[in-house]
Amino acid sequence: MRVLVGLSGGVDSSVAAALLLEQGHDVVAATLKLWGGAGDSGCCSVGDVDDARRVAARLGIDHHVFNFAEEFEQRVVAPYVEAHALGRTPNPCVECNRHLKFRRFLDRALRLGFDALATGHHARVTSDGRDDPPHLLRGHDLAKDQSYVLSMLTVRELSRLLLPVGELTKPEVRARARALGLPTAAKPDSQEVCFVAAGPGRGPRERFLHERIELHPGRLVDQATGEVVGTVSAVEMVTVGQRRGLGLSSAHRRFALEVDVASATVVVGSEDDLLTEGVELTARTWVTGPLPAGTVVLAQASAHGRPRPAELTDSGLRYLGGPDRRVAPGQTVALYAGDEVVGSGIAA
Amino acid sequence: MTTKPRDRVVYLDHAATTPMCAEAVAAMLPFLVDGFGNPSGSHAIARAALRALDDAREQLARLLGADAGDIVFTSGGTEADNLAVSGMAAGPGTVLCSAVEHPAVLEPCLAAGGRIVGVDRRGVIDLDALADALDEQVRLVSVMLVNNETGVRQPLETVVALVRERAPRALVHTDAVQAFGWLDVAVLAAGADLVSVSAHKFGGPKGVGALVVRSGAARGEATHLRPLLRGGPQERERRAGTQNVAGVVAMAAAAQAVARDRRAATRRARELSTRLLDGIAEAVPGVYEAVARDDRIEAVCNLGVDGVEAEELLLVLDELGVCASAGSACASGAIEASHVLLAMGRSTEEAKRHVRLSLGHATTGADIDSALLAFGKAVERLRA
Repeated sequence: MRVLVGLSGGVDSSVAAALLLEQGHDVVAATLKLWGGAGDSGCCSVGDVDDARRVAARLGIDHHVFNFAEEFEQRVVAPYVEAHALGRTPNPCVECNRHLKFRRFLDRALRLGFDALATGHHARVTSDGRDDPPHLLRGHDLAKDQSYVLSMLTVRELSRLLLPVGELTKPEVRARARALGLPTAAKPDSQEVCFVAAGPGRGPRERFLHERIELHPGRLVDQATGEVVGTVSAVEMVTVGQRRGLGLSSAHRRFALEVDVASATVVVGSEDDLLTEGVELTARTWVTGPLPAGTVVLAQASAHGRPRPAELTDSGLRYLGGPDRRVAPGQTVALYAGDEVVGSGIAA
Repeated sequence: MTTKPRDRVVYLDHAATTPMCAEAVAAMLPFLVDGFGNPSGSHAIARAALRALDDAREQLARLLGADAGDIVFTSGGTEADNLAVSGMAAGPGTVLCSAVEHPAVLEPCLAAGGRIVGVDRRGVIDLDALADALDEQVRLVSVMLVNNETGVRQPLETVVALVRERAPRALVHTDAVQAFGWLDVAVLAAGADLVSVSAHKFGGPKGVGALVVRSGAARGEATHLRPLLRGGPQERERRAGTQNVAGVVAMAAAAQAVARDRRAATRRARELSTRLLDGIAEAVPGVYEAVARDDRIEAVCNLGVDGVEAEELLLVLDELGVCASAGSACASGAIEASHVLLAMGRSTEEAKRHVRLSLGHATTGADIDSALLAFGKAVERLRA
């Protein structure tokens, strides 16, 4: 097959490309230029493009750079900023995958005559044969599983997607990279959202947002007593479920329950107060088709969060076996049946 | 689509760079082997190099309508532009340039606190805006002779007249990098005080160019240009560093060849670009020319394609063996929407649908026919 592989400049996509060549595919590489702003030390920086190009040269394949910066700003960065301004906790990587990587990039690959797009994500696309629609499964290495950020995909995309490294563990990926003499074998994984400069703690994200919106100090109000128990310097930076960074002594164990930017208030409470029956979901997607209310799934609310049994409702899900921690509004919830992704939604 | 050589490549990206002409290669070779001397020495080998440098300087000067002493050899067009702009800047508000200048002029202009003068929808400098912007603070006005992305010719003579009238202390610089291959710069830029050229745009090697710095005797005052590179006293202390003798010799040879062939080449380019553009207009719907044919040099064809992204079109053209380009590359190698088209009032979305096909002196009818076929095929494929 003619395959377009997305090379990010990291070791996973480098090995993905190498594996595709081993499998006999006709491979071309492309790197997406998404960001080039002031924080250009995150993923997809100029250095990353250079790394990707060197890997392509090493593998003997053509390399191109696609400029999707404008759409990235419109579909990923601006909504990220807006979500924070509303006190929500967005997941930009999910939106990037939804709009850029597996829509615009995939559409371009197909228009250019490629049979499939490939990336270095740790997840698996499998099919039992011609009549069986493709399935999206967790990656073999559960510690590195990235199915969560791919949970918005449907069979339309999956039927044209190859994920070569999903069967390997991370150490195996690095070993392959070393064996192939790839320049990126020892390159550390990027940890932060790509358009925020690397750095410890919340500092970099706060600095990024500070350049785009006004951040307001807020008060922490105890749900039980209604008393103001503390302050935060930026209410837009607080995440529901957060305990650290609220400036409260650990003796109190107070968690953020709600963030109300309009009144610059964060309602705090005990860990029990965080418990809720379920979560309402918007922007729901289904891999093959909508599943009926009552279907039991495993719900995962963060990249490596604990999946919790839940039952689908008409507008979201209800936890099974008792209430569970609430999900921060704006977070993606990935829905699984065993190790297979069945759908996704965004916490309302 | 792998890295294997194609059977037949049609190169239509001469505005980006040109292949070296045979005369330039022949002139250059001896200097890569025997003629290795440093022109600043005193022995025979050095003097031979100096002789070659002097000859090249004289040749180029003649072709640029300048005195030999007015020529400063540089590492290319970008350095020449930077030397002109930074060399004349004297604080904020002292430099003006048009919005469609090459970044090699725009960037130093902005860095020096200069101001930008807009262009109209045709891509021609807004003379009223220029007149308004001219005041006694201005030290340098930079307006290119021909734009590299659209081929549009600027009314340099009018600009010069305006500057002389409104800001008599200011000098006029023109970036003639794109122009030299096709126009008689000696005549057209006679009124400009500073003129940049770049060898690799007219059949010479990369890494060498020149800035004409007219001695200003006619205007009664010497031109004080602050050097970019300080060190040795080369180029009359205007540009330090051992000269690239081989490159300079090749540049002069290329300039000679260009001047000799220019008229015939321009005629051919007119015929061929007309054939190409008319052919595309007939065979491919939804393609339009960015600028009026009369406003530009014939060799540069900038086209907007409805419903097709330039990035994709270039890739498919490349697959079909046609080399073209679009906008400008950013540091990562990705294509950015052309600032020239944006300055002309096009939206980013529109600008990203424009490609540039630029002919060279050696472009043939067969090249054009192949390009025409490929263009049609590529657009059809991407619109399917």
